[in-house]
Amino acid sequence: MLDLLTPFFRRLYDETGWNFVIFYEQYEWDRFVAAIWVSLELIVASLFFSLVVGIVGAWLQGSPIRAVRLFMSGYIQFFRNTPPYVQLLFFFFVLGNFTPKVDMGGYYEPMITSFGWAVISLSFFAGAFNVEIFRAGIEAVPESTREAAESLGYSRLMAYVYVILPLAFRVCLPSLNNNLVNLLKTTTQAYAIAVPEMLYTLNQVWSDNVNVPEMMIILFVYYVGLVAVLVWGMHRWERKMKIPGYG
Amino acid sequence: MGSHTKSRFKRAIPGLDSGTPPMTDLPVLKPVFQGSRETWTWPTIAGVPRLAVPAWMVGLALIAFALSIGAAQAQAGAAAITFWTAFPQWLPFIMEGFVLNLLISFFAMLLGTVMGLGLGLAQVSTLDPLRRFAWLVTQFFRNSPWLVLLFCFMLLLPFRVKIGGSEIDIPGWTKATFALSLPIMANIAEIVRGAVLSIPIGQWESAESLAFSRRQTMWMIILPQCFKRMIPPWMNWYAILTMATPLCSILEVQEMMKSTREALNALGDKPELVAPFYTFVLVVFFVYIYPIARWTIHLERKFAVKN
Repeated sequence: MLDLLTPFFRRLYDETGWNFVIFYEQYEWDRFVAAIWVSLELIVASLFFSLVVGIVGAWLQGSPIRAVRLFMSGYIQFFRNTPPYVQLLFFFFVLGNFTPKVDMGGYYEPMITSFGWAVISLSFFAGAFNVEIFRAGIEAVPESTREAAESLGYSRLMAYVYVILPLAFRVCLPSLNNNLVNLLKTTTQAYAIAVPEMLYTLNQVWSDNVNVPEMMIILFVYYVGLVAVLVWGMHRWERKMKIPGYG
Repeated sequence: MGSHTKSRFKRAIPGLDSGTPPMTDLPVLKPVFQGSRETWTWPTIAGVPRLAVPAWMVGLALIAFALSIGAAQAQAGAAAITFWTAFPQWLPFIMEGFVLNLLISFFAMLLGTVMGLGLGLAQVSTLDPLRRFAWLVTQFFRNSPWLVLLFCFMLLLPFRVKIGGSEIDIPGWTKATFALSLPIMANIAEIVRGAVLSIPIGQWESAESLAFSRRQTMWMIILPQCFKRMIPPWMNWYAILTMATPLCSILEVQEMMKSTREALNALGDKPELVAPFYTFVLVVFFVYIYPIARWTIHLERKFAVKN
């Protein structure tokens, strides 16, 4: 792959001074590829766990127990109304202090890495929005459907999993789309706790090579491209799940 | 969860719904699961939404906060710096940082709103190239991560400019303000575009029949009608912007997060101090943002188009 790119980008650098060093030097190329993987892992993991938080949270919000509902509403209000960046730092520096450390043969490593904390923090942040989104979707499911499930002997959990959630999901997709795009963009904040994702890595690259504008272009292309892919995928999914004449 | 009466697909069942007394004496089998049907709505007192989180929960959080500090004291021992001696000393310094957060949010919002109005109107322009260009700009700034935009403008804008003979330093926070105003601009543009398109076409036609020009129609008829429906999303974006301002600390702007970290550094980064200080930052933001969020929801309901 790199062999194909090298001649062009080296010539570009020699003739114009545009230094896309990641495309012609093995060391920087390896860093760049590693960053792609880390950032994709971070994004996929956060998206997945934020959906889990959203789905479980929406179920808990409909709980008959008042304390559970209040706890959920407290969680949602807190995570929605405080800066995600401060949440991330709080998770990493405060809770990170209390997690046990694992012996790695001579030195100790915290059980949860900075990557782990980034996933946890981002999932809870986006999850708080997802809960509200799913709740709105659940409210759109007709009461009679719920009753029908109940009359067929479904428990509250079974009705939620097999009947209500699949119907609600369709209604949720547009706002879910928005929130997941937002989450994707927020993953760059993991920079602050030294997760070697794209922003962090390219920052190192431009520190070493003094080529800020070029790396900025790469960053913008990378993230706008990822958002475009996510939006495209979500729209496809939305179209697939569309039922003519129903909502 | 919607109740019987709140269901979107409401169909009155005679004798069961709409308050009419039962017409038959037939026994009605009530479902066993009464609990699942319990509804929970945001109660309101005279149109003002009540706090979603009741007072006892806030109290509980504060007690937990105090306990965590108490535990910290126990760990720290008698001679060491405790939260209660360190915190009052550093409080003015930290709150000074928060003032800068507020300043950044005000100016970025102002700038973003003005630019966003222009960009939004460009998106509904009759000139095809202008419309396309405005769309492209909007999409670009909406879909770029805020932190990347911050980096971009902090590093690429000059830190010093020459005007005439004198050199003027550009403070970092003004550059950060400009960087943060750009995603706001793009999102405000979407709000403006959506609001303009939501005005019924009849308004345009009747304005035309009264010999208003396009510009006059826009400024004197369409935009004043848009104003009200743009306020709730606008406030929502203000809240999001304010919550993004701590990001500036990554780029060495002396705002609240940076001040807090410097204070903690000076105190030796003790875990027992880190927890209460970080909690304090979260609480300050929550106290500022939460009323805005509640008010936004309130206005949203108030301005909602009634069917």
